[in-house]
Amino acid sequence: MTLARKKVVWAYIFLAIPIVFFAYIRIYPALFAFQMSLHDYNPLAVEQPYVGLDNYEQLVKELNKRKSPTKAAFQNTANYLLLGVPIQLCLALMISLMLNEIRFMSTFYRIMFFLPFVTSTIAIAWVFRMLYQPRFGLINVMLQLVSLPQQPFLNNPRQALPSVLSLVVWQGMGFAVIIFLAGLKQIPRTYYEAAEVDGASRWHTFRFITLPLLNPTIVFLLVLQTISFLRMFAPVLAMTEQGRGGPLDSTTTVVLRVYREAFTSFNMGYASSLTVVLFAFILVITIIQLRVTARRIN
Amino acid sequence: MRFIKLFAVLAVLIALASLGTVALAQDDMVEIEYWQYNFQARVDAMNELIAQFEAENPGIKVVHNSDIPYANFRDELAASAPAGVGPDVVTLFYGWIPAFVDAGYLVPLPEDPFSEDFILEHFSPMVANSKFEGSYWAIPTAVRSLAMFWNKDIFAAAGLDPESPPANLDDFVAAAIATTVYDGDMDVFNITQQGHAAALASQDHHWFREVLLRQYGGAPYSDDGRTVTYNSEEGCAAFGWLAAFETEHMTGSNDILDGSTNAFVNGDTALHVDGSFRIGTIARNNPELNYGVAELPVGPNGESHTFGSYWTHGITRRANDDPARLEAAVKFLQFITTPAAGTLWVNSVGELPAQAAAASDEAILSDPILGPFSAGLAYSHATFFVDESAQRQVLIDAFDNVRLGGMDPCEALDEAAAIEQELIDSFWASR
Amino acid sequence: MESITPSNLFKERSDSRAVGRGRGEWKYRAFSYLVLTVCALTMVVPFIWMLSTSLKPEKEILRRNFFPNQATVDNYSEVITETNLPLWYKNSFIVAVFSTISVAFFDSLAGYVFAKYNFPGKRPIFIIFLTSLMVPTEMLIIPWFIMSSNPPIGGTWVDTYWGIAFPGVITASGIFLMRQFMQGVPDELLDAGRIDGVSEFGLYWRVAVPLSLPAIGALCIFNFLGNWNAFIWPLIATSKSEMFTLPVGIQLFSSEAQTPWNLIMTGASLSVVPLLIVVIIFQRYIIEGIALTGLKG
Repeated sequence: MTLARKKVVWAYIFLAIPIVFFAYIRIYPALFAFQMSLHDYNPLAVEQPYVGLDNYEQLVKELNKRKSPTKAAFQNTANYLLLGVPIQLCLALMISLMLNEIRFMSTFYRIMFFLPFVTSTIAIAWVFRMLYQPRFGLINVMLQLVSLPQQPFLNNPRQALPSVLSLVVWQGMGFAVIIFLAGLKQIPRTYYEAAEVDGASRWHTFRFITLPLLNPTIVFLLVLQTISFLRMFAPVLAMTEQGRGGPLDSTTTVVLRVYREAFTSFNMGYASSLTVVLFAFILVITIIQLRVTARRIN
Repeated sequence: MRFIKLFAVLAVLIALASLGTVALAQDDMVEIEYWQYNFQARVDAMNELIAQFEAENPGIKVVHNSDIPYANFRDELAASAPAGVGPDVVTLFYGWIPAFVDAGYLVPLPEDPFSEDFILEHFSPMVANSKFEGSYWAIPTAVRSLAMFWNKDIFAAAGLDPESPPANLDDFVAAAIATTVYDGDMDVFNITQQGHAAALASQDHHWFREVLLRQYGGAPYSDDGRTVTYNSEEGCAAFGWLAAFETEHMTGSNDILDGSTNAFVNGDTALHVDGSFRIGTIARNNPELNYGVAELPVGPNGESHTFGSYWTHGITRRANDDPARLEAAVKFLQFITTPAAGTLWVNSVGELPAQAAAASDEAILSDPILGPFSAGLAYSHATFFVDESAQRQVLIDAFDNVRLGGMDPCEALDEAAAIEQELIDSFWASR
Repeated sequence: MESITPSNLFKERSDSRAVGRGRGEWKYRAFSYLVLTVCALTMVVPFIWMLSTSLKPEKEILRRNFFPNQATVDNYSEVITETNLPLWYKNSFIVAVFSTISVAFFDSLAGYVFAKYNFPGKRPIFIIFLTSLMVPTEMLIIPWFIMSSNPPIGGTWVDTYWGIAFPGVITASGIFLMRQFMQGVPDELLDAGRIDGVSEFGLYWRVAVPLSLPAIGALCIFNFLGNWNAFIWPLIATSKSEMFTLPVGIQLFSSEAQTPWNLIMTGASLSVVPLLIVVIIFQRYIIEGIALTGLKG
């Protein structure tokens, strides 16, 4: 056997388990999810009748209602995303610009920002849930200390979503900061020296040097955070009463709907159609990312 | 010769082996699996019943799976079904039965011994009414009703007689107002001790649906259970009465003091409506609580109603697939639903025996804590739910719309009725 | 080999750092420190509150004091002796270690093959692996759930370690990352090995792996953290309390009507604190690892 052929054989031997794994654990279930979304799939039943596009029709019907949990889930997910991504990126960029210029205690600050990122979302979501409690929650205790009125936070349909969002931003901040810092390190120092010689202001340096050169990092984070907000689930389950995404569906998300439909109501067909829609969103975002990245390289 | 010898030896061996197999087969016990969700008092009581049952029926072994927490119980049943494993006998909330019947998960109880006459004669009326699609699908050991809990210490401190709880709805409101304590302006967030906190997520949606509404002269559903009728004038009045505790009288809220149930158990609430299963929670978490139990307050016309509910045991299609297991399952079911089992149950769980004979036992009726629950069985109603959790959510949302969104109770109920009607219609449409 | 170690990403740190500016510089510095300190406090206060609550006796939980008046470890002894938390700890650990070892091996092996071998079908296979990154886990949990209750091998995967771990034993992102690094392994070294009669597996094991240890290390840390904190799949894949992982156990502490805050905060502390200590010790590696995976992945 020639060396080239031997290498081909070995390549396949080495890849055999990963290929089987991806086919059976990733690809097949994805196709299975598509197929389930075309059935009235109840795991308790003996038969799972084929219903064509009924589940998708149901989804459209729910979205067209004045109020429905599914509609609330999509609206809230959009709100989390449209509020959360910009807030998180702006805060993280500001912090990393500051961190990048200090020397004293910089490691200490970096660790502080990044601790929340490595902790379990469920554990810390329960801590936040307690922080938000009326009367004995820390935030309301502090409000009382400065004689401000108590706030309902998670118990009020208008305040609940921002309250949950704060936890997510708080927890994800460290990651964005670290990525921004790594991006900042890669900007050559000579650009800044030139700017300084020209007497450019801090704002001009940021606007015309830092920001454009940081663009790839920003795009990367934008895509990553968007996808993670689309998949939001655990914080809402942990922070709302009996994990229902309330009050009045004000915090529920698409993935929480999937979980409830599939595992509380046993409508696995309908739940699968929701996941297919989620998949479509993520696919579109990834394709946009690839386009943007490709254009930049050209 | 050698061959013949060999044959002989082999033949003897084979004969012995087959005898052994037969002996083993005779020895082989029928094993059935029983599942319920994890609630310690129920688990202990059922372990005792199983031990008694196995002693009486040496050929049957019951495997008891009680590890699954309430929150996961339905998922795990769903996980077991496609694999063809799981329970032969399963305990479900009665409101879940239609969904499990709809999926073909349960089989009807066999005529022998669970004939309609037998059930009508011996069981609580709410069990007798549980016929669905012409059959009985499950049968309980015990049933529960709602009653009123009051904190005697708080009553005494507020200058009320600790031994005379409110008897009607007006007294109830007055007592709630008298026992509420604020540490500032009259505002829900300044409450340090609650008179009453309405919480629809726990038992108060039942209180509204089957008790207050009827006391105000309305009815929650049409007689066949297929039309929502609570969005009526009477409904508005009853719903408004309940919401006023938070919006008008400001005597409490489920959002403060760690939720209405905890608040009562912790001794921070004067009046609370709950089932007899809460007795155990109090005994475990706050045994010093000085409380009493009375029948629910009567309505404006002096009418008494209460809500009845129960966890109930059904036979699955898995048991039905094997005659031996089915037979064992039926025997087991029969055993755990006798009056004797009900009596054992009431002593360890606090739920009342489902068989009327045991529930109206003198010892129970005269018990100061259990008596009011037992008295309620005579006038209790069990809602026919097609999807209990979704139907509960509808009323929780309606209540939140009133107390958090400032919506008019009538408008909130109209909206709720429309959503619930759709749920009910779509359930029956798919049958 | 210089170019592929993660640590040199930060080498020029001191060079690109703050260029001196004259006027107003100290004001900006002071402002930066002020903002950073406020933000950093916001980051740690919830942790301190969590710890302080876990040390409060039950009667003090619903009071308004920040620190316990009478600190006690009762909550800890209750959580350890009366709940299954020690088992959840063990389960989380076993699952995380098992997946991490598996990922380290299979991802680096596959990454090595994609970087260093040419074979028919290489491109399509690689693309299929990468495409799976776009399929969100949430889409797969329902099929996995059905598959685990009726799997091809074994009676049921529900409530087994394998059942919790299987979705994560090989990861596409890890393969992609490892491929990037393995491309830096010099071909001459591999060819020299072949001439010396080293087996193909030996080349991977004794040449490629040692040269990529920093990247494999970063991959392992990430995988461990990810599995330790994983929630949605373990929630669905387990039914018995003895098989829960830590996050699942903490979530299910609160039952129908009870929210045992003292137990939840104690469980949260026990799940978070060891991790925080590990992170503080290895912070340099972890932070660089994030930067690395972030930039390459």
